[in-house]
Amino acid sequence: MKHTKSSRLGGLIKKTSLALIAGAFVLSASIAQADIKPAVVYDIAGKNDQSFNEAVFVGITKYMNDTGIAVTELEPTNAAQVEQSLKKLASRGYEPIVAVGFAMANAVQAAAEAYPDTKFTLIDMVVGLPNVQNVLYKEHEGSFLVGVLAAMNSKTGTVGFIGGMDIPLISRFECGYKQGVKWQDSSMNVLANMTGSTPAAFGNPSKGGELTRTQIQNGADVVYAAAGGTGSGVYQAAADAGVLAIGVDSNQNWMQPGTMLTSMLKRVGEAAYDSYEAANNGTWEAGFRILGLAEDGVGWALDEYNRDLITPEMEARVNEARDAIIAGDIVVHDYMADDSCPI
Amino acid sequence: MDNSHIAIELIDVDKHFGAVHANDKVSLTVKTGTIHGIVGENGAGKSTLMSILYGFYQADSGHIKVFEKDCKFTSSRQSIDAGIGMVHQHFMLVENFTVLENVILGTEGGALISESLEKARKELTRLGVEYGLEVDLDTPVESLSVGILQRVEILKGLYKGAKILILDEPTGVLTPQETDELFRIFTSLKEQGVTIILITHKLREIMSITDQVSVMRDGKMVAHRQTNETSFEELAELMIGRKVLLNIDKSESKSGSPVLKVKNLHVSNEQGIERVKDVSFEVCSGEVLGIAGVTGNGQGTLLKALTGILPLTEGSIEVFGEIITSNNHLGPKILRELGIAHVPEDRQRMGLITEFSASESALLGYHNDKQLNQGLWLKKSLVRDNCESLMSAFDVRPADPKLKSSNFSGGNQQKLIVAREFERNPEVLIIGQPTRGVDIGAIEFIHKRIIAMRDAGKAVVLVSVELEEIMSLSDRIIVMCDGQITGKVDAIDAEERTLGMMMANVLNPSETNQEAQP
Amino acid sequence: MTRDTRLAWINGLMLPLLNVLTAFAAIAIVFVFINVDPIEAAKIVIYGTLGYEEGIGYTLYYATNFVFTGLAVAVAFHAGLFNIGGEGQAYVGGLGVALVVLAFDPSISPWIVIPASIMGSLLFGALWAIVPGYLQAYRGSHIVITTIMFNFIASALMVYMCVHVLREVGQMNPQSKMFPETAWLPFIHDVFAGIGYKIAPSPLNLSIVLALLFSLLVWIFLWHTRWGYAIRATGKNTTAAVYGGIKPKKVIVITMCISGALAGLVAVNELLGYQHRLMLDFQYGYGFGGIAVALMGRNHPAGILVAALLFGILYQGGMELAFELPNVSRHIVVVMQGLVILFCGALEYIYKPWLVRFLAPVEVSE
Repeated sequence: MKHTKSSRLGGLIKKTSLALIAGAFVLSASIAQADIKPAVVYDIAGKNDQSFNEAVFVGITKYMNDTGIAVTELEPTNAAQVEQSLKKLASRGYEPIVAVGFAMANAVQAAAEAYPDTKFTLIDMVVGLPNVQNVLYKEHEGSFLVGVLAAMNSKTGTVGFIGGMDIPLISRFECGYKQGVKWQDSSMNVLANMTGSTPAAFGNPSKGGELTRTQIQNGADVVYAAAGGTGSGVYQAAADAGVLAIGVDSNQNWMQPGTMLTSMLKRVGEAAYDSYEAANNGTWEAGFRILGLAEDGVGWALDEYNRDLITPEMEARVNEARDAIIAGDIVVHDYMADDSCPI
Repeated sequence: MDNSHIAIELIDVDKHFGAVHANDKVSLTVKTGTIHGIVGENGAGKSTLMSILYGFYQADSGHIKVFEKDCKFTSSRQSIDAGIGMVHQHFMLVENFTVLENVILGTEGGALISESLEKARKELTRLGVEYGLEVDLDTPVESLSVGILQRVEILKGLYKGAKILILDEPTGVLTPQETDELFRIFTSLKEQGVTIILITHKLREIMSITDQVSVMRDGKMVAHRQTNETSFEELAELMIGRKVLLNIDKSESKSGSPVLKVKNLHVSNEQGIERVKDVSFEVCSGEVLGIAGVTGNGQGTLLKALTGILPLTEGSIEVFGEIITSNNHLGPKILRELGIAHVPEDRQRMGLITEFSASESALLGYHNDKQLNQGLWLKKSLVRDNCESLMSAFDVRPADPKLKSSNFSGGNQQKLIVAREFERNPEVLIIGQPTRGVDIGAIEFIHKRIIAMRDAGKAVVLVSVELEEIMSLSDRIIVMCDGQITGKVDAIDAEERTLGMMMANVLNPSETNQEAQP
Repeated sequence: MTRDTRLAWINGLMLPLLNVLTAFAAIAIVFVFINVDPIEAAKIVIYGTLGYEEGIGYTLYYATNFVFTGLAVAVAFHAGLFNIGGEGQAYVGGLGVALVVLAFDPSISPWIVIPASIMGSLLFGALWAIVPGYLQAYRGSHIVITTIMFNFIASALMVYMCVHVLREVGQMNPQSKMFPETAWLPFIHDVFAGIGYKIAPSPLNLSIVLALLFSLLVWIFLWHTRWGYAIRATGKNTTAAVYGGIKPKKVIVITMCISGALAGLVAVNELLGYQHRLMLDFQYGYGFGGIAVALMGRNHPAGILVAALLFGILYQGGMELAFELPNVSRHIVVVMQGLVILFCGALEYIYKPWLVRFLAPVEVSE
């Protein structure tokens, strides 16, 4: 399969790869009546950011193809337009309205207050209103699993982590990853860097590459990027140096076949999909949806691009960890619970 | 090229610019091998006529014949091909090119320049010998004096095959000696059969060098004369349509005590080059001190120092008891408040703001004046009244305060500036080039006003490159050359020739000046 | 009509009008290429920006920002300075607003907090412009270069302030905590509700009154005071200004202060008026848009009001188009804005030679 950066083609192609991991979902096969008017508002990065927003876009495209229901998509260009978009959609009777990313919390708060009868689904952040569904992920659990894989593949005893923006959410990825690494081998050393302190840190591949090269010089031979669009620079630098990299959010294994060990999956596209589906079935509920390994909201990617890198032994070990987490035998510490990491 | 007797014949050339009739059925005949003068006030249509002849403009109607052939020029290239060369008032030379490179500019020929350079060198050497126009071909143009630059321009014309040379105000920037040299070149060109058209407003030059003279006024050709059959007075009358008094009636000066004392003054210009060197003089109330000199010999810098625009580097200026030194700089605002008025040399660039309305230009320097401001407001009505009163006092036309400053003629712009500076009753007047590019009517008017100020007991410093003006207005004259004072004389004893030698600094045998040819 | 008057009409009205029409024609061609009916698009834009209360509110709200930055560019331009640092000045103006508001206790009367925070925006905007102004006047650093560089410095400074100093505890967004309601500039819909009229809510707030007030003040200042005279004289002809006793260096620094202060007012509209907290990139694009607004408005407050309205329409209309027509992505909206800037800014004199030849031929040659 060939991959291009052309957004539409890329979207279609990713749709296919997405189908591979979507098996866990029980999808309604029936073509629903178009009795909902679903909509989505991407954040200022736009839907083709090759990362977080794009993962949602892929899920929504899949929903449209599966159900034939059109989803109205808006891409605002400034902060005022975010709120304007949400309110405008609400005023025209669109619902549920999916808001992508933690940065939209203020706008969702305002819009949900102004339109208390409209359903909003906010991904990655919490707005405590009776008409808002907050979708949160246990990124630490997924990161734990890829941490186990990283430790098993390191020969130098040092692995790396590149975060995007320096916020608690990303520290949660980092902390989970570290716990996974140490669980596998407590003598391992983990290097960690954040790319920056603003949302721009999620779109800075050149700085990502720079940080990766530094970590590799310091001995890291597996690097995990939780940095949105910055990741492509990380994977490129890893491939250039011949060391392994781990992708994030969507399945990014195809980006550097051969050096992509795996990807930590955060199934945001499915969250949007589920939200529409639930609304259509009348099962949409406000409040929290916290998706971890048990709910298959996070996970790790295994496909034809990394099949050769993952030995049966590794696969077994990761599945062991996964089952232990689901069973509660391993409790992965959540950084955001107390803003600190035990390791 | 041609053995015709008539070099140029213009028949009923007519040109309108909108409502303005710039050339009104102008006819002119210039005989081959003569020097033909064209005189007229600014705006009389001389430049338009020459621009038509040189292909810059096309006439609305009429005929042009060059060497008895009908011509229709739509570009200067065609005019050059017909044998016409033009030396502009402002030289069209590339500063850092050599003389040779400048001359071949526009006729480089093929891709490689060396061949045409060699050809040009031979040709130029021949022309130089033939017409007495020797110039070092390999000197960069920037290091040449204006007199030599003019030769380069003439050579350029001849090299391009010109048999007819048009010169627009060629002597404006020359010393009397350089002017003499230029006229010598004219004579030798004439002997070789070259036809010369000389555009000027200096009647003295017309009388001394031309064979024929044509006078233009208000777009019309009003007279053609054999130079030896006319007179200074007749030409002046023809130009302005009435008799003028070129010599100013002025009474004996009743000078009082010194009000402006300049001691051992050194000043550097904006680029940091010292242009005024050890200059000392005093000006008394009730007298006009004339400062003569060729343009660019430090007078401009001196004016700026006297009016606070440039700081002093050494020495002092004492005025109204204030002593200005390098450590105690007083700016234009303070000096103006003390009572020093300044009519600057360059009215377009300094004296007014061409894009402002007349009323706003009439405000320059006085915008903080209490009479024009009411609290925070700069009152529009007061500003307009101020301008109207200046305009009526100095007969500025059109008397429209709202008109953009650039839309006034040179003379009226100058009258507005002079009015602004004179009407505030200053004690000291610093005046630079008061009549440059101003028509005769306005010159007379401004001269009278300057004398009136002197008679009212004001101290006047007058800088001018027009010797005639200096001599007729001043009570005492100092001459500047290369930043130094090279002569001081009382106006009564002044002779043009002596002043000219002082301007070139050749009276003092210890100082040599390469350009001067006494 | 004299030639001057005719030229004034050509420059002031006909050229901008023709330029805008050309830009619209170019946009129509783009629309045809992406299968959008230009007429339908025009209808959507007109209805969406001027056809209903909320749309008008948004249009005017965006226009308010452009008035401030347009005035900032124009004032500097009259002194011969090209201030392209409006972006940074507006951004730092936001810091001024936030610091003042957060320094006050929430119980203090709005009559004190709001004027004080407006002063904060003016002061910080001015501070951010004074350094480039000083460097231009006394050190000869070109204002274009320094103001551009100060945009970057402003961005870095604001990131630092938002991330490390003012970030609300427990918030992931780099933004300050919410301003207390006493510091909110009233929304226009609330003002109208107060006097008994009900209009649809929109971000439009009292800043628009401030924008109109400052347009008037700038006009008075430039054309009816001695300081304005000094600024214009310096801009048109520095040599003549020096001759007239004006100190261009001082004028440059003062003008940049005023220019920066005006740009800083963007923060009042955005933060005091609508967002009610300091956030990253709230000024995004308005500083640069202000350059086009000033150019199109011929650096005159009246023209700037019209041009700012046009840009408000472009911003709001772009949103409406993206909403109504799936073929119009936000990138097409940027293309639309770009075409308007291209024809009204970069190519602003493209029709001038023809217009002048036909309507006001040259009359005087010498």
